Amino acid sequence: MRPRANWLAGVFAGAWLLIILVPVLVMLHAAFASKKAWAASGPLGLPTDFTFDNFVASFQGGFGLFLLNSGIVTVGTVVFIALLVPPLAFAIVRSRSRWIRIAFQIMLVGLAVPAQVVVIPLNFLITQVGLYDSLLGVILPTAAFSIPITTLILTGSMREIGSDMYEAMALDGAGSIRTFWRLVLPLSKGGIATIVVYSALQAWNSYLIPLTLTRSADVRVATLGLGIFHQEYSLNVPGLMSAIVLTIVPILAIYIFARRALIRGLMGVGGK
Amino acid sequence: MPGPRTAEPDGKKRGGLRGAGRPSFVWSLPAVIFFAFFSLVPLAVAVYLSFTDYEGLAIQPPVWNGLTNWKAVLTDPSVGQAIFVTVVLIVLAVVTQVPLSLLIGVWAAGPQRGRAVVVALYFIPLLMSSAAITVLFSSLVDPNFGVPATLRQIFDLPVDNVFSNLLGNQWSAIGVVAFIYLWGASPLHTLIYQGGARAIPEVLYQAAAIDGAGRFRQFFNITLPQLKNTFVTSTILMVVGTFTSFDIILLLTSGGPNQGTTNLPYLMYNKGLSALNYGYGSAIAVIVIVLAMAVSLVMVRVTGYDKMQGTQEGV
Repeated sequence: MRPRANWLAGVFAGAWLLIILVPVLVMLHAAFASKKAWAASGPLGLPTDFTFDNFVASFQGGFGLFLLNSGIVTVGTVVFIALLVPPLAFAIVRSRSRWIRIAFQIMLVGLAVPAQVVVIPLNFLITQVGLYDSLLGVILPTAAFSIPITTLILTGSMREIGSDMYEAMALDGAGSIRTFWRLVLPLSKGGIATIVVYSALQAWNSYLIPLTLTRSADVRVATLGLGIFHQEYSLNVPGLMSAIVLTIVPILAIYIFARRALIRGLMGVGGK
Repeated sequence: MPGPRTAEPDGKKRGGLRGAGRPSFVWSLPAVIFFAFFSLVPLAVAVYLSFTDYEGLAIQPPVWNGLTNWKAVLTDPSVGQAIFVTVVLIVLAVVTQVPLSLLIGVWAAGPQRGRAVVVALYFIPLLMSSAAITVLFSSLVDPNFGVPATLRQIFDLPVDNVFSNLLGNQWSAIGVVAFIYLWGASPLHTLIYQGGARAIPEVLYQAAAIDGAGRFRQFFNITLPQLKNTFVTSTILMVVGTFTSFDIILLLTSGGPNQGTTNLPYLMYNKGLSALNYGYGSAIAVIVIVLAMAVSLVMVRVTGYDKMQGTQEGV
């Protein structure tokens, strides 16, 4: 153990904590304030009342549907990731085929290309296949662009399985399917939880793909709803803040129930 | 970790113990094909569209126009301006985010009491989408209803003061954009540094303490050198992220004032999808993609993602 507490760093960390918290507290204050009380107190004043009216108004303004659409996009993305990535990661870790090497290199190239830089060709492509302005058209590229990073996270986790365990499976005469089902899947539960949470977060929070691939209000996701709310009713700060809070609540639930997987997923972005 | 491995031909021995239970490449096909269709095909489409004239109308398919878009991009002064803004934003992101995440990450890896609670609070921005963060800050810097108006009241400032129109001036607008990047992205990098700092063997610090090294010498002689790989990874992520993103700019300033916050990807979006000049936008997209790939290639080489392949795959 290092002997003394690091005061300098502690003070610095405390100052940054304030900078993180103040905007969040202002947001919460506004979200639960009536418009009148907010106008009187302003962003830096203290709360004087407490109401859920803003949330009710947000739902009446259609936000419930936007949240539902975000939920569908998120679940759809997670399903694709959960079905496609574990077999790929298993093959990368265990296969002897040289095609796998090529597949792995393709994934590495994919890491370099964030979805936002290909919004124009994606818009063209999705329009050509007739999926423009549909939730499926949002889900497919969102899932595809989550594949490289989730594959890297999961291969890292699958590498932890010792080769003696594979040998034991092989001695039992297990083929690749049984090895995958009985050994690899159960032992990479943590890794799979991580990629599920990571891809869910990406899908829920994505803005540019739905912006460029949808148009109608009935397939609008929550982040897009926020943007439009912001443009049309920027004077209604409490309403706007309540809408922001609504988009955070589901993620907060994931954070509370799957904190470890979430953190590992986010750290997985850093590679190790 | 694997024991010594005998040499044997790749994938040929089906019956032997070492080949048993190994997946064939077919296992990778669904994911690879799916990925290729939605992410590699668009790259090819971007290259193709950059040589065409297309306005995004299904009834008027793209028309080949040779190098027209490329000539236009290379002579367009707004491209140069956008590259300048892009570079400024990247530099600001690195010089603000690296020291902050490094210091707080190292601090958070230490043994202080109550640290877990503080670290959990640092996380909050990571739970918010960049759309939510941008809308929140956009409201906070609003000259009439945000913090500037309150400050004006409290300190009795003149109506036209430094804070009164933060988004109306190029440099203050760039500052706000850079601050939002810092606020939203530094928790992730803090986390990465925290992980890196935790992985430093404690015995190094014990040895240094026995040698009489103080906190600062420990930090500069042990912590910093040990975090070299973490630094490289985090910085490249930061650079690629700042280089390719434009959602914050789109929602906060729409590239304004007077293109003052238009970076290269936003220019791509604005010319390509908003102004419906797909060919021109695609040419910019190709430039961004090539540069992003170059940076990422450096990342792969430096961090050894590709070396992992050589040493452990197929063991």
